[in-house]
Amino acid sequence: MEKRVVITGTGVIGPVGKTASENWKNALSGRSGIRRMTIIDPENFTSQIAGEVKDFDPLDYLDRKVAKRTDRYTQFAMIAAREAYAESGIENSIDPERLGVIIGSGIGGITTLEREHKVALERGVSRINPFFCPMMISNIAAGRVGIDVGAKGLNFSTVTACASSGHAIAIAVDMIKLGRVDAILAGGAEAPLTLTGIGGFCQLKALSTRNDDPETASRPFDRDRDGFVLSEGGAVVMLEELDRAVKRGAKIIAEVAGSGMTCDAFHITAPAENGEGSARAMKLAMQDAGIKPEDVDYINAHGTSTLLNDINETKAIKTALGEENAMKTPVSSTKSVTGHMLGAAGAVEVIFTAFALRDGILPPTATLQNPDEGCDLDYIPGKARKADIMYALTNSLGFGGHNVTIALKKYSGK
Amino acid sequence: MSLESRVAEIIIDKLGVKPEQVTIEAQFDTDLGADSIDQYELIMGFEDAFGLRIDEDEATKLTTVGKVIEYLKTKNLDQ
Repeated sequence: MEKRVVITGTGVIGPVGKTASENWKNALSGRSGIRRMTIIDPENFTSQIAGEVKDFDPLDYLDRKVAKRTDRYTQFAMIAAREAYAESGIENSIDPERLGVIIGSGIGGITTLEREHKVALERGVSRINPFFCPMMISNIAAGRVGIDVGAKGLNFSTVTACASSGHAIAIAVDMIKLGRVDAILAGGAEAPLTLTGIGGFCQLKALSTRNDDPETASRPFDRDRDGFVLSEGGAVVMLEELDRAVKRGAKIIAEVAGSGMTCDAFHITAPAENGEGSARAMKLAMQDAGIKPEDVDYINAHGTSTLLNDINETKAIKTALGEENAMKTPVSSTKSVTGHMLGAAGAVEVIFTAFALRDGILPPTATLQNPDEGCDLDYIPGKARKADIMYALTNSLGFGGHNVTIALKKYSGK
Repeated sequence: MSLESRVAEIIIDKLGVKPEQVTIEAQFDTDLGADSIDQYELIMGFEDAFGLRIDEDEATKLTTVGKVIEYLKTKNLDQ
């Protein structure tokens, strides 16, 4: 029989909290983490708001030497991974060679890249920090987490922009099912709030310019939405083969029942017409999980708050579930409170979806006031809703036309 | 500030070690846990702080705190 994979630990650091439970509490209450930028002078940007990790001091978590030699994105990955690892309680029961790490990032160490580029221009290439390369590369978060927890199994990074950590989790589940390892710390991290990071997304006209009202700027599916809000953070889950998790008495949060991965093969940034690629990812995920459209009780949408994403994702959900099922299925975007954590977004949303299954409560699209024409699903506007659910999907879509949907199932002891 | 304290300060900053570890005899690799990249970064730190360039042959000989201080004393440093 095919192996089954469950989540036995979670870790999140982001704009609405420094632990998974704090993030969940704020996702449910709809408390936005978006504010005017403080990490950099926002004056010259069209979008001057962001989801920063508030009052972040790496020395609260890491020793000085490690903190100095890790990019901010790696620090977020390490902090989230430590939380998931500790919560899982796996430490004394796993052979280190059977524990893997897959951590994605859309960009990698852009803070480090910018700083050292400036050094090179101003003081010459001989003054580039010797740690520049191993700090900047987008796989180093996975490498650092491996060192930090002593995980000696398979270890790599997935890079698919805003779908990076969705892919990390989907691939990790498949690796465990194949028996490559028994457990994997999987997720993503991003720290894009830099001069070129923010400036680049501004130039793409992708970001909200609702600078006078940061807390409602990320408003997925709303007729007044005007782009996404750039955020930072890290999110990691401990994925573990079900039998071994049960045997060691692990606390099981939810089961990852399946995944679907597709490509639009259409445009570098715009979604394919009617969200065709995303619809196929959802269908594949349902097929992989062995469920039908009517079994899906909740969808945590990619829901970025851009004009194109939200309308096309809505169409994709209708295509995947069928119009009738789609109209009955609650859908929400927790990016309404977190903003868009890019490479960390998929993992944050897998965690929120797992908690929704565990706790029987659906997080709202907190900022949704007036649904746009064509955005006519049940988006759980404003307030969280109690609902005892069995199956849920979560979508992650990345520039490049990368689509991944993860199907999760409530774990009820069998 | 004396040359010795300035050197110690740079070592503490770059290597993240405790002040009491930075003795004259302390070896950068075995006592202060510095790998080869750490040691190169440290050399760059001395270069920046004292406004000089240390060539690679010289740098490889600077294996202890004492040797760095001795080396710097031979230079006509503008403190």
